[in-house]
Amino acid sequence: MATPQIDTKTGQQTTGHEWDGIQELNNPLPRWWLMIFYACIAIAVAYWVLYPSWPLIDSYSKGVMGYSSRDDVKADIAEANLARKVYIDRIADAEMSEILKDPQLMEFALAGGKSAFGDNCAPCHGSAAQGTTGYPNLSDDDWLWGGSLEAIQQTLLYGIRSTHDDTRVSDMPAFGRDELLSKDDISNVTAYVLSLSREGQKPEAVTAGATLFTENCAACHGPDGKGNREFGAPNLADAIWLYGSDRQSIRATVHGSRNGVMPHWDGRLPAETIKQLAIYIHALGGGE
Amino acid sequence: MAHELTGLEKLAQAAVDAVQPGAQVAPGVERADVDAVNKKEEGVFYKKRVPIHPRRAYGMFRRLKWIIMFATLGVYYVTPWLRWDRPGPSPDQAVLLDLPNRKFYFFFIEIWPQEIYLLTGVLILSALALFLFTSLFGRVWCGYSCPQTVWTDLFIAVERFVEGDRNARLRLDKTPWNAGKITKKLVKHAIWLVISVMTGGAWVFYFRDAPTLLLELATFTAPLTAVGFIALFAFTTYSLGGLMREQVCIYMCPWPRIQGAMFDEDSLLVTYRDSRGEPRGAHKAGDTWDGRGDCVRCRACVAVCPMGIDIRDGPQLECIHCALCIDACNAVMEKVGRPPNLIAYDTYNNLTATKAGKHAEIRFFRPRIIIYSVLMVALSALMLWLLMSRETLTLNVLRDRNPLYVTLSDGTVRNGYTLKVINRAPEDRHFIITTAGMPGTSIAMTGQETAAIDVPADDIGSFRVFVSGAAPAGGSHGLTIIIRDDKDGRIVSEDTTFRGPDR
Repeated sequence: MATPQIDTKTGQQTTGHEWDGIQELNNPLPRWWLMIFYACIAIAVAYWVLYPSWPLIDSYSKGVMGYSSRDDVKADIAEANLARKVYIDRIADAEMSEILKDPQLMEFALAGGKSAFGDNCAPCHGSAAQGTTGYPNLSDDDWLWGGSLEAIQQTLLYGIRSTHDDTRVSDMPAFGRDELLSKDDISNVTAYVLSLSREGQKPEAVTAGATLFTENCAACHGPDGKGNREFGAPNLADAIWLYGSDRQSIRATVHGSRNGVMPHWDGRLPAETIKQLAIYIHALGGGE
Repeated sequence: MAHELTGLEKLAQAAVDAVQPGAQVAPGVERADVDAVNKKEEGVFYKKRVPIHPRRAYGMFRRLKWIIMFATLGVYYVTPWLRWDRPGPSPDQAVLLDLPNRKFYFFFIEIWPQEIYLLTGVLILSALALFLFTSLFGRVWCGYSCPQTVWTDLFIAVERFVEGDRNARLRLDKTPWNAGKITKKLVKHAIWLVISVMTGGAWVFYFRDAPTLLLELATFTAPLTAVGFIALFAFTTYSLGGLMREQVCIYMCPWPRIQGAMFDEDSLLVTYRDSRGEPRGAHKAGDTWDGRGDCVRCRACVAVCPMGIDIRDGPQLECIHCALCIDACNAVMEKVGRPPNLIAYDTYNNLTATKAGKHAEIRFFRPRIIIYSVLMVALSALMLWLLMSRETLTLNVLRDRNPLYVTLSDGTVRNGYTLKVINRAPEDRHFIITTAGMPGTSIAMTGQETAAIDVPADDIGSFRVFVSGAAPAGGSHGLTIIIRDDKDGRIVSEDTTFRGPDR
């Protein structure tokens, strides 16, 4: 046991420990410091009693205040929902064209639409609605089924080739797989389709393809290949290609058809959210 | 600089210093019963604070300090109540830090967060001014205008008013607790608290419309933040100014440590002229002054010192250069019939010159003084220029990066941009958006016939615009977006790029 001594130089007490002839002075802590230290201990004990703190075997000590941060979150969410409800109710009651004219509602609809889009649509259409092969770009000016607010809303509600009774539906035949056209015919039709948007196709193939197109395709895609939104038939004469613009991709489409599916959101998302989504998508740049 | 005393001399000095307090050290001059609590020899590691009871000083510097105290406190308490007429929806308070709206108003100046560099400039200017004045006159900031000094001075004045001057206070501290003592202490602390609360109260008025906030405070409807800050500043004022006082300067403030680098041989510092004062000793009426110093060892300089030091120990960290010891010593010198300024503002150069029987003029044109001054003038000019040429209209263009571009059905490309338009003018403005730098582009906004925008007065507007055009060769092309004020034709533009597929 070390014996405290008085240091002769400073008159201070030492701790009594000695290391290689070096002793340590025992400078007491300032009283205010000690007081704060004890106060901290007291506060800690009070905290144990009042708040959840100790882990138990299958639970934890709840504290007498019954506090829970999860309840806080629930309350916060309820409060936020209450604050949003005002706008949501207004959106539910308003025609979409009215919402466009109300800057406040518009701002709310765009923000809500963006958030709902991120949660529900972005996995296929991309975070900025830019789309990818097989999933349409929603920010361009090319629409399979129409780009008006109402058309977008309907697509959202009932989907495309979805399981909903009111779904938008159309079926392009698989000309190759079902042996409706021969391999050469498919090559010629492909050449004709390509000729609608770019130069440099073999003239004889184009001429042959044109006849085949009129017989097999024009009913849906139109005599000039400009498409028909009634059937969701894409415009084949423009620069936008859902499944790729190269010869190989187009041939594959004619051979096996595509028939992409979009699920319906009616009954899965509230009607107000679908309205907000329609407004958001409409405002991305391609809305009509 | 005081000459280095040997250990033996120190002992001798201490023995002589310990003569009976209250004794006449010179005709009409009583020896003060005081010991410098922060004197150099007290080199212990941890020490309980010994309360300092500074005696009232009378003289030129004390008067100067009163004036500065009233001026600074006056500015602090009154400023939030000044009104300043501003057009539009801007608040009419002359000085207002509007944090919720992120704007700072100072009379005719209005600063937005984007212009915070102006505030940085003010801070740098203040720092340079501090350097300059410290080089010239020592710690005048500490001694006269530092809030810690001003409020401590005020609190000591209150203490003196309630409890009496130094000797009465010492007596009061020694007397056991009785009704009289309790009353005095209660009154003192009550006044301190009132001052503290007023200080915290004045602070919050800088952040919110003062009359509104006062009404809210009076009706207990003030926001919790305001009440919290009043409490915080009341607490700091009370504890720092009333209870901790010199401890703040000695232990908490970094400035005493930095100031050593600011002084030079020509800085005017509060100095004890030891060549004139030593050897010190009591002086009897009729005795000769030959062969001895002017210091009569009355310790008046120690008694008035709010920092509890002995200026005769030479320059020291604790000294805030408040010059009260000059006042105290001059009063004594007058009484004993010696010339004043045994303690005075003096330079190190002059001090050493005096020892050699010469006199050294202060060199004001020293490199550091010139450098600080030039920097201050240059910075002031720069800030003035920035303020005068302040733009009331700013355009920022943020290009969409997701997606980089959108191909349209006719093969052209569309890019999206977010325009942030800052309208610092006090009136609503209408702008037409156009582009330049790329022929054949068109500009469109969702839900609008034309690319035109409205930005309210004193506000920021954020707008999405779409620019369409032929896909640029090489994947990108420079593009300039221009907004033009419909009314006065002012034009602001920002360069950006227009992107298309890499081909």
